[in-house]
Amino acid sequence: MVDLLNALVVLSNYVLIPALAYGSQLALGALGVTLIYGILRFSNFAHGDTMAFGAMVTILVTWLFQGWGISLGPLPTALLAIPFGIAATAALLLTTDRLVYRFYRQRKAAPVILVIVSMGVMFVMNGLVRFIIGPNDQRFSDGERFIISAREFKKFTGLSEGLAFKTTQGITIVTAIIVVIVLFWFLNRTRTGKSMRAFSDNEDLALLSGINPDRVVTVTWLIVAGLAATAGALYGLDKSFKPFIYLQLLLPIFAAAVVGGLGNPLGAIAGGFVIAFSEVLITYPLKKVLGYLLPDRFEPDTLVQILSTDYKFAVSFTILIIVLLFRPTGLFKGKSV
Amino acid sequence: MIKVENLHRHFGGFRAVDGASLEIREGSITGLVGPNGAGKTTLFNVIAGVLPPTSGRVTMAGDDISGMAPHELFHKGLLRTFQIAHEFSSMTVRENLMMVPGGQSGETLWNTWFGRKRIANEERALQAKADEVLEFLTVDHLRDEKAGNLSGGQKKLLELGRTMMVDARIVFLDEVGAGVNRTLLNTIGDAIMRLNKERGYTFCMIEHDMAFIGRLCDPVIVMAEGKVLAEGTIDEIKANEQVIEAYLGTGLKNKGAAE
Repeated sequence: MVDLLNALVVLSNYVLIPALAYGSQLALGALGVTLIYGILRFSNFAHGDTMAFGAMVTILVTWLFQGWGISLGPLPTALLAIPFGIAATAALLLTTDRLVYRFYRQRKAAPVILVIVSMGVMFVMNGLVRFIIGPNDQRFSDGERFIISAREFKKFTGLSEGLAFKTTQGITIVTAIIVVIVLFWFLNRTRTGKSMRAFSDNEDLALLSGINPDRVVTVTWLIVAGLAATAGALYGLDKSFKPFIYLQLLLPIFAAAVVGGLGNPLGAIAGGFVIAFSEVLITYPLKKVLGYLLPDRFEPDTLVQILSTDYKFAVSFTILIIVLLFRPTGLFKGKSV
Repeated sequence: MIKVENLHRHFGGFRAVDGASLEIREGSITGLVGPNGAGKTTLFNVIAGVLPPTSGRVTMAGDDISGMAPHELFHKGLLRTFQIAHEFSSMTVRENLMMVPGGQSGETLWNTWFGRKRIANEERALQAKADEVLEFLTVDHLRDEKAGNLSGGQKKLLELGRTMMVDARIVFLDEVGAGVNRTLLNTIGDAIMRLNKERGYTFCMIEHDMAFIGRLCDPVIVMAEGKVLAEGTIDEIKANEQVIEAYLGTGLKNKGAAE
């Protein structure tokens, strides 16, 4: 019995909780990608660097607040700075839209052209972020590090395995839940949300129903800015901030959006967790868990690690390919790619 | 009401609309007929702002509306339906109708959060209106059905219902009767007549069913090869040699004789 509990604790500590936090970050990122795909009809490769930009502004404002001595006590100061990150990201995205995307939209450019355009935007944003904050690692989390630390947990339960629950993980999960609830309420219950859905469902008809396309586009970018800056800041808070990491994050984010079904918000969330759990589970050595569960004779000699962590992106790729082969519209019936 | 003057719309070397001039009188139900590829739908698309004209002019009650965006024309009271019925498939029939009047106060982010009372009042009025429209079209039993599940004919009816959500001045119907069974076609025909008589809607409809046109339309305009070939009452059109040559074919003449 104790062995079973210990196994569960180990699994939670190294797989479930990290995957839940990572999955929340991916889900928020994938939601942004999926909204743009559904409404503006292109795959936005600049999304990773949009997240980086949002996170960067959040960091700068956090530092400013820390300098002024403003803090949230046990919670990270960055939470206070996220709204500023969102505002700056919104300004950046709307400017980009006016300067770049609108030109192609008016010419009714093919989606593939917009994809390439978004790659250009990606390089510009990436350069901008590195120019402002530099290419190095930045730490900006403060406040309590743990909600539950491994030592406290051991003392409290008497188990030999510890369970650590980081504050950043808790915040990530809670924020993600709130954001998702608000977003879905917005999309399903409000008139603005409905006109966005209408626009995504049938653009011609939406236009002929008198829906103003410019307004839908603006609102979409604003929401995407909120999602991207929040996701970026949470990821940076949980792991650490490094501009290039966000470029790499693009792959699992797209994998999540495609797996769930591009253009489908529910799918983006499910996809985020599918990718996160697969990545973490497949690259985590299960030796310890199995050691508790199996009788001594069967205890594995090897690490029982299916793939080394170096290959974690291969997991996203593999899932992506499998889904595209067998179910091109994704788990939740999005638009086919 | 609508005046089209020497309108051209070319796709590369192909002249889909090639110098068409016509007028749609206020209060009329004007039929637009012609063989496939005559440029009828392209003409609709140019008038409704989906495509910009290559050259020429469209005016509505004297104002130049050539090249205006669809949502701007919507607010001027110019509406259209599609040849292949369009709908917001994941929304219910009622929600589909309630989408229609664009420019509602709930469409701004500000009002979404801070103008909730106003939006609620507006939504209530819209809902009542949508129910009224569904009753008018005798399909109130479909109210909460997902629009994607409707039959082809019901979708056409929904298209017509959409135009009733606002006070339209002119409605362009693109083959509203195509692929619709007789009973439903009569419902649609009745609705068009009533809207024309009771609410003063002007209609312009592309149609191939000559009986349907004969029942509703006066005048009828015939297009061929991007130009207007003839205009007149249905009987004049049926008797016009050029029209028979280009569109109706001699079969109809024989059929007419047999009847």
